[in-house]
Parts: sequence; C-alpha cells; structure tokens
Amino acid sequence: MRRYYKTLVFFLSLWPLYVISYQIIFNQLGPEPVDRIINHFGEWTLIFILLTLSMTPLKKITKSVEWIKFRRMLGLFTFFYASIHMLSYVGLDYRFDFEPLINDVLKKKFIFIGFSAWLLLIPLAITSSERMVRLLKQNWKKIHRLIYIIGIFGVLHYIWLSKTIFFKPLIFLILLIILLLFRIKITKSVSKI
Amino acid sequence: MIKFKNSEITPENIYKKRRSFIKSIGLSASTLAMSAIPFVSKSLAIERDKLTSYKDITTYNNYYEFGTSKSDPHRNSQIFKTTPWDITIEGEVEKPIKLSMEEISEMFISEERIYRLRCVEGWSMVIPWMGFSLSKLLSKVNPTNKAKFVEFESVYDPAQMKGQRYPVLNWPYNEGLRIDEAMHPLTTVVTGLYGKKLPNQNGAPLRIFIPWKYGFKSAKAIVKIKFVENMPTSSWMWASPREYGFYSNVNPNVDHPRWSQATERIIGEGVWAPRVKTLMFNGYGDEVASLYSGMDLKKNY
Repeated sequence: MRRYYKTLVFFLSLWPLYVISYQIIFNQLGPEPVDRIINHFGEWTLIFILLTLSMTPLKKITKSVEWIKFRRMLGLFTFFYASIHMLSYVGLDYRFDFEPLINDVLKKKFIFIGFSAWLLLIPLAITSSERMVRLLKQNWKKIHRLIYIIGIFGVLHYIWLSKTIFFKPLIFLILLIILLLFRIKITKSVSKI
Repeated sequence: MIKFKNSEITPENIYKKRRSFIKSIGLSASTLAMSAIPFVSKSLAIERDKLTSYKDITTYNNYYEFGTSKSDPHRNSQIFKTTPWDITIEGEVEKPIKLSMEEISEMFISEERIYRLRCVEGWSMVIPWMGFSLSKLLSKVNPTNKAKFVEFESVYDPAQMKGQRYPVLNWPYNEGLRIDEAMHPLTTVVTGLYGKKLPNQNGAPLRIFIPWKYGFKSAKAIVKIKFVENMPTSSWMWASPREYGFYSNVNPNVDHPRWSQATERIIGEGVWAPRVKTLMFNGYGDEVASLYSGMDLKKNY
C-alpha cells in the first residue's frame, strides 16, 4: 500500500490543474478570467510552499519518516505552479510586452519580491535530484534553506498586492510563521544535544 | 424606494437591442468622423463602450462591508434591508434636512446615465446607471460660507453587514469631494442600473457615482451627507495615506504605489482580450479637467 502513496500524492498535487481546466472548459472563470488564472496559480504556489515546509514538522510530530519522501515532489510542484503563475502574468496579462513588465518588476515592490522568489526557486529545482544531493553534500542543505526566504518572500508578495491583509494573506502569514517557528525549535533542541 | 411596475422593467435582451440601436446611430456618426483620422483603432473604441453584462456588474463587486472577496457582496447582501431608509444632509448648512428614500424618489426623476467605472485595481466596466445629478439633491439645503467639502457616510450595521465586524476599514465607510466636484453635473446620485432598482451589492438603496474618479470614491448605501470646512479623511486615506489620496482622479500617468495605472482590463472581454490604455480622467477630461486647472495632479493624487 505504501508504495502507492507517492503516486497518490502526485495525482492529488495536480488538483489545481483539474480545477482550472474545468473552469476553462465550462466557462466559469468569471468576469476577470486572466486575473482569476494568475491568482489561482499564485495561491496554489503558496499552498505548496506551506505543504513542503510541513513535511519536516510532521516527521517530528508523528515520528514517522514517511513524510520526507513527499518533500521533493511537493517542492517541485511549488516550482511548477510558481512558473505557471509567473508565465500567465507575463504571457496572458502582459502578452510578453517587456517594457511595462520590466517597469513593473523594478517599480512595484510586490512584483519585485515575487519575481525574486521565483528566481530563488530555480537553483532549488535544479539541485533537487538524488545525484545533486550526493554531489553537493553539506552544501545541499545550505542551498535548500533558501525555501525559508522564498516562503517569506511569497507571503510578503501576497500581502503587498492585497488591498487589505484580511483574511487570506493573514492566514498564509500565520501558517508560515508557525512553520518557521518549528525550525527554530528544532535547531534549538538539536544544539542542546 | 422607486416602485416599478413589472411592465415598466425592460427585459435585458430588449434593453441591449435598444442600446445597440442607439449605439449604431452614434457609431455611424463617429465612424464618419474617425474615418477622417487615419490609424484610429475603430474596433478598440467599440469594445470600450460596450455595456458590461448585468451579471458581471452584479456579481463582481468591491464592497468590503459584505466581505473582501469580489463574489462576497452578491452572496452576502441578498437579505440586506433597505427599507426604511433615511438620508440626512447636515453640517455647515443653514437648516439640516432628513429625507426618506420615498421622498427622494418622488422629488427627483432618475434618468439613464451610461458611465465607465474604473477600479483602482486596474479593471473597468461600462454601466447603465439610473440616477440624477447630486447637485439637485444638494440644492435642497443652503450651505454656510464655511462649507468647502462634502462628506459621505455609508451605513454602519454590523448585524447585517458581515464585513463590518472586522477592522478591515475604518467603519463606517467615509468618502468626500470638494464642493465644486460634488456640484458637477456628472456627479450622480444612483438609484438603479439596467433600468432596474439598484441591487444591494451595488450600493442600494442610494449611492453616488463619480465617473472620472477611481471606483472607491463612489460611496455606497449612503445615510449621511455632510458639508464640512476641512478636507475629510476618507476610509481609504485613513487605511493607507501613501496609497490613496483625497482626489483619486483616474490618471494613467500617476501609478498607485503597487499597481501601474497605465492600462486596464475590460470586464467580460474574455481570456484573450488585451489590456487597453487608461484614459485621463477616465475619458471625461473634456467635462472635468477645468476643475483641476493649475493643480499638480501628481502631488494631489
């Protein structure tokens, strides 16, 4: 049974794609379809960052290493949805018109920080394979700590683009803080030993 | 409350046909005029003025009293009670008055007014409002010579308005205009849309609409209009003074700190429709630009 967990998680992770395909086919994207598509993938990117960050705490709490098996896949899905999110903004919204885009990236802090988060995801995606883990040894861990910064950037991106922090951006912020506090606790308890 | 007989309400499809007929007359005239100017994108002009569907106008709203998501107001406002409803006009006036909605609809005849609504978030709609100039309502009182601004206060009723139970904004919603802006004929008291009674999610029973300003300036469900001496601090200015100024005129050259205002997306145009360029004063410059002559609009955003 356990052999199928990974496959199951893979197909569950495709959920955002099923939803948006359904909405495209049945014309349910609403009055502002482009906005809807961009926001949909943006939100799911944040959810996947939080899911990826949940695996280590879950391992500690349940005392089962099973969770760690999904971490890489969830991380790659984060990159996948972040890329669709970014591409739908660049392609669908701005039609690859780079002049206003560059202007946006430089002038609007929420776009700057969102774009930075996506750039930071690239090295993580590239170094995600088993071979890279072995190749980079101790450095691999250091590189992949970038996910904490990416998580903070992602949530800040959401807070800054929203007119008010209520309620979704606030919920993401609280969940992120909880997940990051776990890290502090873990490193503290480890250093005591 | 305006009472319509069923027979008086034009079905939306006939209504649209009527509009397209009127538009076709206007269009042929404007096409003639435009054919004189080369390279004018005719198709873009047509798209811009197409009425947004009743469904989109009534299901895609920013009305934080009923929730912060765009679909919330439609969902959460259906049982909102708009009768009885009184509006007071007070402050720096000789004699404050209190009018019921019935009195207002008897006193003033609502006419159709098709205006573009430009949201600060970068989207726009074209809405066939029903309403009359605010100046007519304001002429019912005599302002004192201290009066320089007009303040609008929306209803505060957290029992009926879920969103007001949270400190999302400084409730009740507050907006303001300079007196000359308030008296401008384009500044409209809205009582309906598409020939029907104003839906709750659009600000029933009475709201204002200022076509050349970003949508948030047009306060909904108004209970109090107050003449004041000093520039009022609107709810959005209070929430973020750096982002929201008092004037908030549609201006493609002045970016909101977070969003570019150079372009906008037209609601209802589908996934593949491109953004269109935003017009100065939302396209109403001929009528209102003179209100701001000599003013630095970058500073007075």
